[in-house]
Amino acid sequence: MKLSENILMAAKNLKNNKVRSLLTMLGVIIGVAAVIVMVSLGEGAKKQITDSISAMGSNLLIVNAGRGGMRGGGHATSEPLTNKIIEVITKGSSHIERIAPRLQKSKLVKYGEISLRTRIVGCTTSFPAVRNYQIAQGDFFSEADLSGRRRVAVIGAYIAEELYSGANPVGLELKIGKMRLKVIGVLAEKGQSNFGNSDDLVLIPLTTAQRRLFGTTTLSDISVQVSRAEAMEQVNRELEEALLAELQDETKFRVRNQAELLSTVEGTTQTFTFLLAGIAAVSLLVGGIGIMNIMLVSVTERIREIGIRKAIGAGQEEILGLFLLEAIMLSLAGGIIGVILGCLVAKLVASFSGLMTVLTMPSIVLSFLFSVMIGLFFGVYPAYKAAGLDPIEALRHE
Amino acid sequence: MLIIKNLSKSYQMGEQQVTALAAVSLQIARGEMVAIMGPSGSGKSTLMNMIGCLDQPTGGRLFLNQAEVNQLREKEKAQLRNREIGFVFQSFNLLPRLTAWQNVELPMIYAGVKPKERLQRAKETLELMGLGPRIDHRPKELSGGQQQRVAIARALVNRPNLLLADEPTGNLDSHSSREIMAVFQDLNQKGLTVVLVTHEEEIAAYAKRVIRFLDGRIVSDQKIQQKALTKEVEP
Ligand SMILES: Nc1ncnc2c1ncn2[C@@H]1O[C@H](COP(=O)(O)OP(=O)(O)OP(=O)(O)O)[C@@H](O)[C@H]1O
Ligand SMILES: [Mg+2]
Repeated sequence: MKLSENILMAAKNLKNNKVRSLLTMLGVIIGVAAVIVMVSLGEGAKKQITDSISAMGSNLLIVNAGRGGMRGGGHATSEPLTNKIIEVITKGSSHIERIAPRLQKSKLVKYGEISLRTRIVGCTTSFPAVRNYQIAQGDFFSEADLSGRRRVAVIGAYIAEELYSGANPVGLELKIGKMRLKVIGVLAEKGQSNFGNSDDLVLIPLTTAQRRLFGTTTLSDISVQVSRAEAMEQVNRELEEALLAELQDETKFRVRNQAELLSTVEGTTQTFTFLLAGIAAVSLLVGGIGIMNIMLVSVTERIREIGIRKAIGAGQEEILGLFLLEAIMLSLAGGIIGVILGCLVAKLVASFSGLMTVLTMPSIVLSFLFSVMIGLFFGVYPAYKAAGLDPIEALRHE
Repeated sequence: MLIIKNLSKSYQMGEQQVTALAAVSLQIARGEMVAIMGPSGSGKSTLMNMIGCLDQPTGGRLFLNQAEVNQLREKEKAQLRNREIGFVFQSFNLLPRLTAWQNVELPMIYAGVKPKERLQRAKETLELMGLGPRIDHRPKELSGGQQQRVAIARALVNRPNLLLADEPTGNLDSHSSREIMAVFQDLNQKGLTVVLVTHEEEIAAYAKRVIRFLDGRIVSDQKIQQKALTKEVEP
């Protein structure tokens, strides 16, 4: 008997037994889809956590004045952090991505009749990138604004809401103390973080803040974004050395890093990796058992058929071939449909429930291969055993 | 055609040993038409299954066309079942999802017959059985007699030399039974060796020789005057 005849016969068998074929395929489909969806949910949760952590700004070192310098904030001469330090830091290490110096003070801001107290942050153009702020409306200030000490402001979402009551503030006026500024942009909402309300602030060019508003050349702190997480320790060390060389006093400055935060993140992602592996293993097991059950039931039901075929002259290989071909067709079709369905469901879950889902290639490949293998094994093994029986044994099977 | 020497079959049922067939010896020549009779449980089906290479004896020897069946490999036995022997079961054993002609086609697929010829021969054989208009029906759309005729067509379509039928008329009324027997007599006339099991004396009377079993042994074996039937198959 030729292979093509057997393929034809297998296809005919599947077509003639639509319900059984669908049920069997359903086992594989659900097995594959379940694993893909479960793992994508797990990966999504993992991503959500790392995202929210990196939203605070990742790989950050913060340089601020130490105890020796901060005492008695009024004595401007004792403030160690001046614009000169920016250069020292820039040259201090080769793994620095961006630097964001900052001068911040609390002040009253006003628009029309409404006024409120907020943080005024004098900063450079790198601030949004370092601290992960997005611009919702208008623009951030430019280098020209910075060098020209222009009276422009970018306001936080909270200020926009409170002061301008939801109207577009871009182009409108803002008063900080007595100074009039033009609002040129609004930051996207970030929400509550561990460090207070990050939408309750007003950004102005650092030069404007230093010269025009506060009359100082000092900085509150300098955020340093390190290019790679692994270089954090090294950059930390290098900066401490450079600053010590410059200021000659280690009590005048302090370099804080996110080591603590980072180790928390690492701990969390590790836990999640284990959790994910667990989810995948359990879903694979459950899916596999489902496929196994349906395959076993369907083959057992067909032992009589095997008996009949043998009685009229089918050889062992011909029967094995038939069942193998049927199992291949069903498992492959089921596996492919399962992958498509699983990806679709993961997308749908993401768009309808707000849960984040992330599809990963390994989960798709693994679930597909595993389910197809299970489908093949349990589709063929019982048939292999039945094909070895004397026809009369198979025929007696109920 | 068929030589059986001290053939026996026993089943181990826990502690107890059940003897289905006790050292049966028998010869059947080409062209014979034999009816096997005996009470229920006397070992008739056991013998038929072993002649049909569907089951294995626990002792003795069985020669089919000079070849000892027990010495054959699985593949050769499958070939014997496919080409030399046609087996008709009491319970038809048709594949329920296939149509009449597809059921009849099966043995030819395993014999490697070309698709075109398969359809042709399946049709011819079904027509011979009076089932011309029914070739596209599935088994459950056919009466018991019609199903049995499909099963006989399947048994005959590879032109075997030996037809084995285990109570082929057991599920049929007397009219259908006579039709089936007429077909068997006709085929026997054309040279086919026929061995059939039956409980009914009336059916056995259509054979040329009657063998009676009791408790796994042959108790009588005699040639009889065959009662002839004229073929009057209706669709
Ligand atoms: N699979 C089996 N396991 C155990 N005993 C069996 C088995 N098959 C048959 N037997 C026993 O073998 C004996 C002969 O059975 P067999 O089917 O040959 O009888 P039979 O003459 O065909 O009867 P009937 O007229 O009812 O079909 C019986 O006693 C039966 O119980
Ligand atoms: Mg019987």
